Amino acid sequence: MAHQRSVSAPLSIQGRSLAHRVAGVRKFAQRRSTVAFLMSLPLITLIGGLMVYPAFYAIYLSMLNRRMTAFVGLDNFYFLLRRPTFQMVIFQSCLFAVTAVVSKAVLGFTIAHLMHGIGGRHQRILRGLLLVPWVVPLALSTLTWWWLFEPSYSAFNWVLTQVGLRSVPWLGEGWIARFCTIAVNVWYGTPFFMVMYLAALKSVPEQLYEAASVDGAGGGQKLLYVTLPMLRNIIAITMLFSLIVTFADFDIVRILTSGGPQDMTHVFATYAFQVGIQSGDVPLGAGVSLFMLPILAVAAFVILRGVSRRTREIAA
Amino acid sequence: MSGATTAAAALPGRLRRPPRSLGAERRWALAGSYAALGAVVVMFLVPPFYMLMTSLKTSAEISAEKGNPWVVRHPTLDNFLYLINYPNFRGYYLNSAQVTLLVVLITMMIAVLAAFGLVRLGFWGSQTLAAGVFLTYLIPATLLFIPLFQVIRPLHLINNVWSLVLIYPTLTVPFCTWILIGYFSSIPKELDDAALIDGCGYLQMLRRIFIPVALPGIIAATIFAFTVSWGQFLYPMAYLYTSNQMVLTVGIVGDLVRADVFAWGKIMAACVLAAAPPVLIYAFLMDYYIAGLTAGATKG
Repeated sequence: MAHQRSVSAPLSIQGRSLAHRVAGVRKFAQRRSTVAFLMSLPLITLIGGLMVYPAFYAIYLSMLNRRMTAFVGLDNFYFLLRRPTFQMVIFQSCLFAVTAVVSKAVLGFTIAHLMHGIGGRHQRILRGLLLVPWVVPLALSTLTWWWLFEPSYSAFNWVLTQVGLRSVPWLGEGWIARFCTIAVNVWYGTPFFMVMYLAALKSVPEQLYEAASVDGAGGGQKLLYVTLPMLRNIIAITMLFSLIVTFADFDIVRILTSGGPQDMTHVFATYAFQVGIQSGDVPLGAGVSLFMLPILAVAAFVILRGVSRRTREIAA
Repeated sequence: MSGATTAAAALPGRLRRPPRSLGAERRWALAGSYAALGAVVVMFLVPPFYMLMTSLKTSAEISAEKGNPWVVRHPTLDNFLYLINYPNFRGYYLNSAQVTLLVVLITMMIAVLAAFGLVRLGFWGSQTLAAGVFLTYLIPATLLFIPLFQVIRPLHLINNVWSLVLIYPTLTVPFCTWILIGYFSSIPKELDDAALIDGCGYLQMLRRIFIPVALPGIIAATIFAFTVSWGQFLYPMAYLYTSNQMVLTVGIVGDLVRADVFAWGKIMAACVLAAAPPVLIYAFLMDYYIAGLTAGATKG
């Protein structure tokens, strides 16, 4: 081995000068970091070439005119912001992301809490079944949802008419369609929250609950004063993660409604796709997707701060 | 769920205290949990169940619009047989398998090497790079697909399934590297020293020590890379437009849906076949799957 020599070299030269030894160590360290750099080179190339460069390229693209022949500054952004359709896209994106993430967090926590009370083999079986929505590729399960919502053959409407209710135009009316896209997202994402919270619940020391019982705390108080404070970190991190993913959702809206009716269900991703790929206005599409950047940056900043603080706590 | 009886059966093995302390109140609470969870399970499994039911129906039964749509009266495997003999569908399946296999291989090579280099050897700026990997994991595909469209156009990769092999690693590598950094840094440094003294090279050290010891993490990362590349929808939707280049997700949504209004039996059968690989992997490797899922946020 080439570097084995450099390992044993400083050991075998006891009689020689200190300068020599230092040089040997430095050479060893240098070789070590060269190997490390070479090992990381594919990663650096990938991130640099296909993620960082395109991200900055998107900013440049968004300042060109439609034919990409002239630099127009921020005109695309002014144009978008003045457009009522795009104002609705901003509103719907925020509504979609916030409603879905909060519902997923509440539902996921409730389910995890119920499951934690059961424990054992039954918990494993239930967890296995509840994760299925997360496992089936989203595009395919959304297609099934579409079929469940289908105007004339809707299986949901069949149930409603059996119970004596009127059938619902699930994807045909703006606010109902908005509700449906959010519902499908909640269905898909809740298992993730459930698994995260269940893992976190298991890490809360049992003694805390026993101490609370001794002090006469009931179930509700234990939840409020023991469980929630202990899980605060993980709740914040999962919600931020999910906020990013939900904000960037494409599959559900694209397959269920393609943005309709009257563009009411469009979110940034689907609108960017329609403008940039389908209508061929690449700069404007890049501009639309860049509107996701501020919220992503804030979320990333908060997550990173939380993660590094936690790492310091572990290290201390 | 059969409420109290199931609950009572589950209890003895789990309780540390003797059963007599189990108050009636607690028993009712447990029964309530089972009932509520049972209802949640039923609700969550509605779409997969309906997918399966529809896939077993004939077109005639679907279009008849009579009776309960939630049950199958004349189950048939014709939809599946049709798909197996349908050249387009076979093409999608092969494309998906080929892309996924290559992406998983590329991802694991890049991620294992980089995680090892960053965690154990280190170089100027490697700490920053490790944090940067985590940041790039947060950049969503929906932000990159338009500029990447411009990047792959000059490479003549538009409407070419190979574009996915080039681009999918951007979705998988950051997270896999991140998971592996967590697993690798938990391996004691003494093992490295022992290996170096025994005359191991770095690559040998990686192969003989790090990969075997961190195998659970490597399996979890592989599963993640597999499920992501198998289920991706946005990139193939944006870059591929002829059937011979398509992968399963866009093939089913684009090609089959447009073909025929009453093709829902076939569409749902296609979904069942396309969902089978990830679901089977999940069924057999559930613990690794969940480890990968939770690693993202719990590994500092």
